[in-house]
Formats: sequence, structure tokens, C-alpha cells
Amino acid sequence: MKNFKISHRTTSGYDVLELEGELDAHTASQLEDSLRRLINENKANIIVNCRELDYIASAGLGVFMAYIEDVRGSGGDIKLTNMNEKVYNVFDLLGFPTLYDILEDERDAVEKFSSDA
Amino acid sequence: MKKTATYHITVGASTKNLSVVREFVSEHAKAEGFSDTVVSDVCLAVDEAYTNIIKHAYNFDSTKEVEVDLEFDDEKICVCLTDTGESFDKSNYTVPDIPKQIKNKKRGGMGVFLIQKLMDQVDYRVGNRENEIKMYKNRETAL
Repeated sequence: MKNFKISHRTTSGYDVLELEGELDAHTASQLEDSLRRLINENKANIIVNCRELDYIASAGLGVFMAYIEDVRGSGGDIKLTNMNEKVYNVFDLLGFPTLYDILEDERDAVEKFSSDA
Repeated sequence: MKKTATYHITVGASTKNLSVVREFVSEHAKAEGFSDTVVSDVCLAVDEAYTNIIKHAYNFDSTKEVEVDLEFDDEKICVCLTDTGESFDKSNYTVPDIPKQIKNKKRGGMGVFLIQKLMDQVDYRVGNRENEIKMYKNRETAL
């Protein structure tokens, strides 16, 4: 897909998905595949870095809604970081900031995981 | 609405055309002098409306088409999407309960909510053969 890309890496033992481009009803399946793969590997501490994410529609938010319970049920979490204002605004309109940890950067997410434990 | 400019495209009802539709709206709205914030709001609302047509009106039948019309005047932009599929029944719509949906691993229902939040006025019209959603956004208002 030319307008969306996901890369995976680990930092301090946590799995990081880096999102780049535009996340809509067409590209959301890529995020879904990546999250499902991590969950199937019993990875439950996941950071989603949105630094390069330019755009999100509700289909993108729907992916986080569908998998967060599985991850939390395994004692983990999905923490979102580095959102630009435009992307944050969409999460905010739907009330996500009270339901998800949306943090400034990956370091904050790692610290939050440590303090959650 | 006193028209100053109108633009039109017909697109196949496929999610792969979402970026084409957003680009079409964004390009013309920017050229008409709308602010980046207003352009972003309108593009997201159009994306959500077009996605709903693909999913609910046409049930992912990509052989169907959607008409996209833009109208600009001094005060506002109007985006009209027209389809010939199943009509949207507003009376069945309820505002999404996100915490409950998360618990039940359910998604969806957020598009209509976002459209209402992002736009200044939204009108639905069900005709004999077609459905129309008209979304208006004033020039100077932004969330």
C-alpha cells in the first residue's frame, strides 16, 4: 500500500509498531495483521509509535478497540505515543484519552509499563 | 447556497479509492482558501461517509459507484455523496458507547458520530433510487 507502512522493532524488551502514512478503512487491515501477529506470539506489552502517522479514520481506531481487551487480559497493554495534533484530535473526539494511555514518547510508555507492573 | 464553484468525480465503491476521494476534496478545498484544520475535518468526514456507503449501502460490492460533488461559496463548502444502495436509517442510529464496545471487542458506529462532530450541518435524503448525504462546513469554523 503506497500510503501506509508499519515497521516492527523492540525497545527495552517491548514491542514497538511504528505507523507511517494514512490509516483508513483500506489500510487498517495491515495494522490488524501486525497486532494479531504479536498477540498470537503472546506479546502483550505493545507500544504503537504514531510519529509518522499523518492521518487516522475511525477504521484505524476500531483496530485498537478490537484488540485492547485481549492484550489487557494477558496482563499487558497497548500504549500509543508521539501523535501529532491532528491524529490526537480524532482519538480525543471519540473519548479515547480516558480509555487508552496516549503518551508523549516511547520513553514515557516504557516508564508507564514499569509503573503498571 | 450561492455557488461559486462546483467539482465532481465518480468513484468505484472500494476502500482503495479512499485516498483518491480525500485528495480530491483536499485539493479543491485548499485551492478555495480553506484552512488546513477545516480541510482536515472535511476530509475525515467525507472518508467516514464514503466508508459507510461501501460497507452499509453497497455491502462491499466494488462494482457500484459513488458520486462525489463539491460546492463552494463565500462562506462554506458542501460535499455531497450519492449512492444507489441500501438507505441509511437514521432512526436506528445510536451514539456509540466506546467503553462498552471495547469490552465486547466490537467496533464501528463511530463514523456517523464523527461526521456530526466535524461538520456544521449534515442532511440525509433518501430518494426513489438514490441516497444522498450533504455535509456542510463553514469557512472559519474548526474544532
